[in-house]
Amino acid sequence: MRTVRTLASLLLGGAALLALPGTAHAETPSPSASAEAAPTEAGTSFRTATVVRPGQRATANASTGDYLYWQFPADAGDRATVRATVTLPEKAAPRSGAHTWQLDVYDGLRRHQACRYGSTTKSLAADARSVELTCALRTVRALAEPWANDPLPGVYHVRLTVVGAPAADLGQPVDAALEITTADAGAASAVDGSLSTPLVPSTGRAVEPDGGWSSGWWSPRWLWTAAGAALAALAGIWGYSLTRGRGRVLS
Amino acid sequence: MITRKRLAAAVCGLLVTLTGGLTPAPAVADAEPAPAKEPPKVELVLDVSGSMRAKDIDGQSRMSAAKQAFNEVLDAVPDEVRLGIRTLGADYPGKDRETGCKDTRQLYPVGRLDRTEAKTAVATLAPTGWTPIGPALLGAAKDLEGGNATRRIVLITDGEDTCAPLDPCEVAREIAAKGIGLTIDTLGLVPNAKMRAQLMCIAEATGGTYTSIRHKDELSDRVGQLVDRAADPVATPAPAQGADSCANAPQLKTGLYSDRETFGQHRWYKVDLLPGQELRASVSVAADRPVNRDYGVMLRASTVHGREMVRGEAAGDGRTDVISTGLRYPKPDTDDSDSDSGDGDGKPAAETVCLRVSNSFSAPAGVKTAPGLPVELTIDVVDGPDEAADTAFFGLGRGWWFLAALILVGFAAGVLWGWLSRWRVTVWRTN
Repeated sequence: MRTVRTLASLLLGGAALLALPGTAHAETPSPSASAEAAPTEAGTSFRTATVVRPGQRATANASTGDYLYWQFPADAGDRATVRATVTLPEKAAPRSGAHTWQLDVYDGLRRHQACRYGSTTKSLAADARSVELTCALRTVRALAEPWANDPLPGVYHVRLTVVGAPAADLGQPVDAALEITTADAGAASAVDGSLSTPLVPSTGRAVEPDGGWSSGWWSPRWLWTAAGAALAALAGIWGYSLTRGRGRVLS
Repeated sequence: MITRKRLAAAVCGLLVTLTGGLTPAPAVADAEPAPAKEPPKVELVLDVSGSMRAKDIDGQSRMSAAKQAFNEVLDAVPDEVRLGIRTLGADYPGKDRETGCKDTRQLYPVGRLDRTEAKTAVATLAPTGWTPIGPALLGAAKDLEGGNATRRIVLITDGEDTCAPLDPCEVAREIAAKGIGLTIDTLGLVPNAKMRAQLMCIAEATGGTYTSIRHKDELSDRVGQLVDRAADPVATPAPAQGADSCANAPQLKTGLYSDRETFGQHRWYKVDLLPGQELRASVSVAADRPVNRDYGVMLRASTVHGREMVRGEAAGDGRTDVISTGLRYPKPDTDDSDSDSGDGDGKPAAETVCLRVSNSFSAPAGVKTAPGLPVELTIDVVDGPDEAADTAFFGLGRGWWFLAALILVGFAAGVLWGWLSRWRVTVWRTN
């Protein structure tokens, strides 16, 4: 009896620690990721997109009008936020008007992705130096129907470009920075099924999260269910004991 | 059957998680193109026309700024890059337009770089003649011909082409239409409006970039950056030619393909898919010329009979380089019992999936529609997904309501069991 109780309390403790959605392990810049040198160049197309790891701050020097591409891995249960900063260098020639910058995120199938919140298009006044664009992506699901546009595990492409600028300002130097943070959405978003391989094109660059793609076998739901079963067993024993023995309550 | 499989899988999964998470490695990049990639080729095309004498880059003449930048870049060229240098307007100082417009020559051949030799060659240059950008680009494209290397031309100039009617932008478009994957990046020294438009047109036509240069260090930084970019290994698409119907469409396998599609055209391709496999296709249509404000692209997967199975579509507006979309089509696994479509020996027949790429780009008046817009198609055939049998993860539960329900049911079962056994004991005693 004692052992059963200890086991149950252990299970419960484990469940409480691990199973609470999202709170235990949010914001994932792991030490190994930040130890790697952050990229200082951006790609110019989907194919040449530079790989950025969540937690890194990627930078790039470019010309106004360039299309800057990055890519990052997002696994099932991830909630990624993309943050891009555009800074015009101090010594740049004076601008002749406002510039409009835009951030677009595409999934591994190059489908445009919606943002839960964050402004992806912003105007930079002629006298301003920098502008920040953000996009908080939807939770990545392990599987969705082929007809759905839900985010799936795989690579995500980020495109940053100026969409509106006076012609005279195109070609001028600009500095861009990109940061990606991911938070775990927790067990609540664990869905059934999984892709055989994440959406990473075989002809593209090899992209993998730190520690590899999840196998699709783990979810804190195992703990919840196990804890529930243990509690049910205990409750069963308790209920039984109430009807039996000397000090029985339920007759 | 399926339930039993699922159960077995769940048990396996439990074992895996309990034994410390033996994560199976994802099968990626198993279809790497076989032929060895040649080292990337880059040609720097430098304008040595008379106007390069102007002293307006940090107090220096444009020519000396360019020479300094070249020295720095030549020092920093990655070893694997095969670099060449071509000049335009370096030799003919006269007034004859026809001769002046042929004045372009290869200063240093594309090949393994001898830094001293290349620097000596650059040092001899003096601002001289005309600005024949078009012929220089044609010459550079010829210098880079052959092999499967990534090719890049970096054009540095300080004036627009003076050799009409050969429009350098048209030349760039022709080079791009050859489908050899050549990118032209342009740099304008102290640009004016007309020259900027011309250089941007050249860059846009080949998927390159345009930069305006006002300071010396900007020039060396940018040229260095572009040369490094050429050294960046990347997959080159294989040319494919889509047909106007599925019946004549080319058969594609896993890989990266390039094609051209004019405004409003439909291009068909087909892919064979076995039961239990998944087709992943994405398409990008590039706007390599001025296009009207609103545009879109659609990728449609249908059966050979024209029944649509799934589609990907995207629409956009404003300035863009590409518009892209994609789709997934998992073909359900057939049960062994009803393999009616097999070809006798029990092997399931592959289904032909027709893919149609269409775009809704439109061109403003005066923009040429031929050759078509560049299309990039990525095809992946992978194993099908592990389909969901339930919304939740393996049908497992979660949350306080779930726990409370289990506890309640457990308690009720315990009490019931207790009563039942007491009743049985009473019955046995009375008998």
